[in-house]
Amino acid sequence: MRLPHITKSRRHLLSLASVAALAPLSAQVSAETITVATVNNADMVVMQSLTSEFEKAHPDITLDWVVLEENVLRQRLTTDVATQGGQFDVMTIGTYEVPIWAKHGWLTKLDNLPEDYQVDDLIKPVRDGLSVTEGEKKGLYALPFYGESSMLYYRKDLFEQAGIEMPEQPTWSQVNDWAAKLNSADEGVYGICLRGKPGWGENMAILGTMVNSFGGRWFNEEWEPQLDSPAWSEAINFYVDMMGKYGPPGATSNGFNENLALFSSGKCGMWVDATSAAGKLYNPKESSVADKLGFAPAPIAKTEKGSHWLWSWALAIPESSKSKDAAQTFITWATSQEYVNLVGEREGWASIPPGTRVSTYENQSYKDAAPFAGFVMDAITSADPTDPTLEPVPYVGVQMVTIPEFQSIGTQVGQMIAAALAGQMSVEQALSSAQRSTERTMRQSGY
Amino acid sequence: MSTSTSNSVAAASAAVSASRARRSVINKKLVLTLVAWTIALVMFFPIFWMILTSFKTEAEAIATPPSLFFTPSVEGYIEIQARADYFKYALNSVVISLGATLLALLIAIPSAYSMAFLPTKRTQGTLLWMLSTKMLPSVGVLLPVYLIFRDLGLLDSRTGLIIIYMLMNLPIVVWMLYTFFKDIPKDILEAGRMDGASTLQEIFHLLLPLTLPGIASTGLLCVILSWNEAFWSLNLTTSNAAPLTAYIASFSSPEGLFWAKLSAASTLAIAPILIFGWMTQKQMVRGLTFGAVK
Amino acid sequence: MRTRASGRTVGGLRTLSLQAPAVSLLLMWMLVPLVMTLWFSFQRYNLMMPSVSGFAGVDNYYYLLTDPSLWTAMGNTLLLVGWVLVATVVGGTLLAVLLQQEFFGRGVARLFVIAPFFIMPTVSALVWKNMMMHPVNGILAWVAGLFGLPAIDWFASLPLTSIVIIVTWQWLPFAVLILLTAIQSLDDDQVEAARMDGAGPVAIFFYITLPHLKRAISVVVMIEMIFLLTIFAEIFVTTSGGPGLASTNLAYLIYIRALLDFDVGGASAGGVIAIILANIVAFFLVRTVAKNLEN
Repeated sequence: MRLPHITKSRRHLLSLASVAALAPLSAQVSAETITVATVNNADMVVMQSLTSEFEKAHPDITLDWVVLEENVLRQRLTTDVATQGGQFDVMTIGTYEVPIWAKHGWLTKLDNLPEDYQVDDLIKPVRDGLSVTEGEKKGLYALPFYGESSMLYYRKDLFEQAGIEMPEQPTWSQVNDWAAKLNSADEGVYGICLRGKPGWGENMAILGTMVNSFGGRWFNEEWEPQLDSPAWSEAINFYVDMMGKYGPPGATSNGFNENLALFSSGKCGMWVDATSAAGKLYNPKESSVADKLGFAPAPIAKTEKGSHWLWSWALAIPESSKSKDAAQTFITWATSQEYVNLVGEREGWASIPPGTRVSTYENQSYKDAAPFAGFVMDAITSADPTDPTLEPVPYVGVQMVTIPEFQSIGTQVGQMIAAALAGQMSVEQALSSAQRSTERTMRQSGY
Repeated sequence: MSTSTSNSVAAASAAVSASRARRSVINKKLVLTLVAWTIALVMFFPIFWMILTSFKTEAEAIATPPSLFFTPSVEGYIEIQARADYFKYALNSVVISLGATLLALLIAIPSAYSMAFLPTKRTQGTLLWMLSTKMLPSVGVLLPVYLIFRDLGLLDSRTGLIIIYMLMNLPIVVWMLYTFFKDIPKDILEAGRMDGASTLQEIFHLLLPLTLPGIASTGLLCVILSWNEAFWSLNLTTSNAAPLTAYIASFSSPEGLFWAKLSAASTLAIAPILIFGWMTQKQMVRGLTFGAVK
Repeated sequence: MRTRASGRTVGGLRTLSLQAPAVSLLLMWMLVPLVMTLWFSFQRYNLMMPSVSGFAGVDNYYYLLTDPSLWTAMGNTLLLVGWVLVATVVGGTLLAVLLQQEFFGRGVARLFVIAPFFIMPTVSALVWKNMMMHPVNGILAWVAGLFGLPAIDWFASLPLTSIVIIVTWQWLPFAVLILLTAIQSLDDDQVEAARMDGAGPVAIFFYITLPHLKRAISVVVMIEMIFLLTIFAEIFVTTSGGPGLASTNLAYLIYIRALLDFDVGGASAGGVIAIILANIVAFFLVRTVAKNLEN
């Protein structure tokens, strides 16, 4: 009498269990897979490692990652988006690409973001950099994953030893003098590390801000290249001279990441680069100089204008994506306050992706963990891409010129300056051939 | 007596000179061993160092002076495996390089056969033209190929890469097979034809068994070339069909301290093909001479 | 007579049907992209500027041929191919002779020597860049330091030489593999006879070994040339063609046009020029080498 009963209830249990077992399975079958292409920078690697968190919260979406080095990623994405290849649903691109691609109609406009995303919490210059600001395509086209400006990092301990006091606003000629004092090849400490690896997003980023501050500009108002102007010559001569005397060997192959490795292993006295490095430099697990780190605004020369850059890595959805809704769910998650909190709790507050939301900078846990927070916020908000130079210019952008030709121009000029840094040609030769090649490119595209 | 004395003296001196000769042979062998091993170790050093570094921690990896003795750690391996599933990429590499090789052999064998046994005036020209197709930089035709692949739905598919690699390697494969086939005496095939064998039977029953070593080494070379190709694999795949060359690309730029992780990823990427190459090198060498050695 | 004649026509048909798959596939591989490339090379077509389009005439060729970097790139291509060929043939021959001798552990030493051939070009470039030639953390810098010498900044001061070293390291094993096999087929009696006649090892090398290797060397030269003309990954990973244009070869220049500038028209014009070059090379050099092989 009891036996069948048990059997029956057991059968019932079984079927319940099987339904329970099937439920997630069927959910998985119907799950939409989106392909996310991103750069292999540390913050994105953290994002990738949180995949399971996202999939737990959104069981109907599965993430597929393509993580590539910046240059490879950029060429891969441009080929795909321009040919409508439809290989990616989420693309990691920067302040340079977003407005250009948006105007070509390659990106999905993000005009129906959910209420709780709080789009107004995004820091204004960063948000503006990811928008088309006028015309019929006006609107926001990408959500910032992290934003940055540039600043000067230095070693407090070495400065103390040398008896140097850091002023509120250092100048480049001071930096040169300090570099001479700090440089000590025997101990393996180089006075200053700056980017030397050619590329519009590598050496030309720092050089662009230097040229701005020395009073130079890329183009005059008639779009004529100005690389043969005295300001360029002064800035580049200064750079080549200082790096040659007090820079590390192999500077022409040092980009952001290489310099980060050098500075965090204690090999540089000073370093002028992205504010987003601060979190890593303050993390004792990744940096041997965490307790000796000082910071100051990016150095200036003749003018403050354009002396520090503005850049952000952002997530955008290509028009060719077939899973736009799922993609939007993902990018709003990855750039939300909730995501910032998640990273803060799991990886430590100093390691959160910085420079995107005002609320982050009001968060006490972040302020406690990151003494540089307010400072970075000031740098980002004071960078003005619409007024970057001493003399007027027809373009937008601090360390770059937001026109399609700039990638090519910036990289060619970067190559020439790297050649000058390597001692293969003089600065004058480098700049005059840079001027000529820029003129060619501009003529070729009909300016 | 005197003869025997002189004989024994001669024998003794012969023995002395023989032992001296033996000693000098041994000395020579020692010197050769030293020289050859020095060179071999220098050649192998970068690979050795990479494998060694992969078992260090990041701090040890950039220590100066370089540390040779340390407690091995698999930290690097664990970290990269957490980031990207090695086996998925490895499987793609295996499928794609084997597929491309088999397909290339299948298409090349008839072609090489006809060039070797039924030569015409144009044979040499065709052969040279085939080889010249290999000198075109791939990047020059990337965009056309990308557009074609997009329209055929071959982007990010193993089939697509198999086709590309097959085409890339076809010239070399045809040429190598041609040199092997040419060495086969025509009489043997003639005899087969007398017995009423068809072309296909001729190829399968007579030619292939005779030239198996050559075909094997051609195939091995083709597998290696396909495995190591890094341009098309990077540009035509995203995730489903991405092979190990794409896997490496995601670890190739420095992010903070990355030497140990890079070494671990590199070691994983080359290990299968290195072991495969070592195991088959005897087989490969037998055919790599392109008929140049008779 | 009759059978022969009919045999020939049958042969012709058979030739056609047998060669058809390979030839037609390669034709498609060559022709479809080639025609598209030719078409693009006369178009104003930049991926980053979709609004600019239309027939460009010979503009793309004009800009390319008057670009001073084209000639630098061609010069670098020849230097790169030339030096690597010299290094691998000379080094390969000597190494093959050495590895042919009897010594302890010969089998394993051979495996060590040929190992670089199996390594992906990207990986070997990464290893050389980050672990061997790195001016701060590299082994070579450390070795230089042992002798009290300053570290060489390889990729900045000797860019093309560095690339030649890396590529030579990769291709030397290939030369050794082929030349070693060729040496093994050398007739021992001939060497013995020469030795009886009082020839020293140097004379034997120059008068017997080297002539015997002539055909094998031709093979090495031909195959390597095919691959070396389009060297790309090693440059991409290490120097990015620089500093300046010091290590930009033709393949890399086309890459800059196609994937950094996204100038499809210009890159296609570069591609067409590369094809023409390839055919010139194929016509002269490969033909000479191939003749050498036929005899």
